[in-house]
Amino acid sequence: MLDLSAKSPENAAEMSEYNFAYLDEQTKRMIRRAILKGLAIPGYQVPFASREMPMPYGWGTGGVQVSAATLTPEDTLKVIDQGADDTTNAVSIRKFFEKTAGVATTEETSDASLIQTRHRIPETELSEDQILVYQVPIPEPLRFLEPSEVETRKMHSLEEYGLMHVKLYEDIAKHGAIATAYAYPVKVEGRYVMDPSPIPKFDNPKMEMAAIQLFGAGREQRIYALPPYTKVVSLDFDDYPFEASKADHACDMCGAEESYLDEVIMDDAGNRMFVCSDTDYCAGRRAAGHVGAQAVADREIGQ
Amino acid sequence: MTPLLKVQNVSKYYGSRIGCAGVGFDLYPREVLGIVGESGSGKSTLLNCLAGHLEPDGGEVLFHTRTGDMKDTVTMSEPERRMLGRTDWAFVHQHARDGLRMNVSAGGNVGERLMAVGARHYGDIRDAAVDWLGRVEIDETRVDDRPGQFSGGMQQRLQIARNLATGPRLVFMDEPTGGLDVSVQARLLDLLRGLVRQMGLSAIIVTHDLAVVRLLADRLMVMKDGHVVETGLTDQVLDDPQHAYTQLLVSSVLQV
Repeated sequence: MLDLSAKSPENAAEMSEYNFAYLDEQTKRMIRRAILKGLAIPGYQVPFASREMPMPYGWGTGGVQVSAATLTPEDTLKVIDQGADDTTNAVSIRKFFEKTAGVATTEETSDASLIQTRHRIPETELSEDQILVYQVPIPEPLRFLEPSEVETRKMHSLEEYGLMHVKLYEDIAKHGAIATAYAYPVKVEGRYVMDPSPIPKFDNPKMEMAAIQLFGAGREQRIYALPPYTKVVSLDFDDYPFEASKADHACDMCGAEESYLDEVIMDDAGNRMFVCSDTDYCAGRRAAGHVGAQAVADREIGQ
Repeated sequence: MTPLLKVQNVSKYYGSRIGCAGVGFDLYPREVLGIVGESGSGKSTLLNCLAGHLEPDGGEVLFHTRTGDMKDTVTMSEPERRMLGRTDWAFVHQHARDGLRMNVSAGGNVGERLMAVGARHYGDIRDAAVDWLGRVEIDETRVDDRPGQFSGGMQQRLQIARNLATGPRLVFMDEPTGGLDVSVQARLLDLLRGLVRQMGLSAIIVTHDLAVVRLLADRLMVMKDGHVVETGLTDQVLDDPQHAYTQLLVSSVLQV
């Protein structure tokens, strides 16, 4: 019998318990084929034989499989959940790969070669030697308007995207503006309409980036991808143009004006603070001496 | 004059059973053709074959496209056929629920076809939607209501507005008044007759209600067991039926 563990250069102890990055080599090969096809047809949803992972659907099984198929022993992994490195989902996925792949991990965006993300794009601009892996709950942007998969696949193949604008029309009719704030549909290279996963629409313009972007939906068994510098246009109306919105505030911790903010309720009196959702970005700015309103107030109390 | 639709020898079989067989006719611009027959006579099958919802097993359906040539809709590519389906053709279902998006507002329903052919200006789309709701006698204030909140007759009128918004040239109707009470039927027929005349539409109406064809159709085709048994001018067929089945059909109508 072929002894795979003997071939691997490092982490021999871990490798005897798990194949590198948990998945077996055949599965990784299958996923890589899907990724390559996805890169060749940007925005097209490639079906793949999604595996059971040791975590429930909805916790990033698609992203984890894509990461597992993409990781090499030399990679440095960063995992974020809503921009944060220290939330349950991010911590457990990072530990999962520390254990099964033995790769180096980091919380710093610029040090990572592979970043798995749930619902955010890091604030720090990504470079050509990085890969961003998204966890996708529902890959089909037309799903809530057209329940039939047979029909939506046909609509994609025939480029029938009028329905997508019906959704935006409904938004304006109901709310007076396009109220879709996350999972905002985009058109890729003038061809496929794609769900960018539930990232805030604030992040949509960032999708035209230098890094490779891979999207994995485990339960729905779909992989899609954006090669570097792919043209990504957010859908809109002539008289209601797309707007990348965020809370009209500066970060209370680091004072950043241009980053996407989380709103945190502080007490029962309705006091709230706004902080960067990207924890690494915020920590980096604070380390560089930037100070936000709340931090200033805290300092005054301390004195 | 060139016909708008030229149907030749269209047949559809369900296994060894006949759906419809050897049907042929010409439909000219601004002409309304009625197809009557009892349940199971193949009239809906025929309509679905003509509208591209079903693939006929034989025959040709030639449509006079905007570019001016006759094209066989059976052999044309699916994108072309679906393009026709949202521009030059309209299909009014018997049940409004089949033809409407029930989770989308009335305005969105009417606007969908406009957006499908490239309209990208919200204000214009909304104006068109409101205009169309007015034309089918639905109050402007209902534009943001969902079809589920409409009565059956209103749903049917909404479906008609949604279909006619892109200015089609040929309308397929499958029992457009089925399931509506008579006073609502009468208003709907009145409305349809007005729209058909106003817009110069050609239409093919499938129904088992002879009163509907008497009001709307210029010409009549009577079907039985998948075959056409009689054709002619509507008044002529209804007043002087030749075929035994047509005679039965006409004499079966309740006289109030």
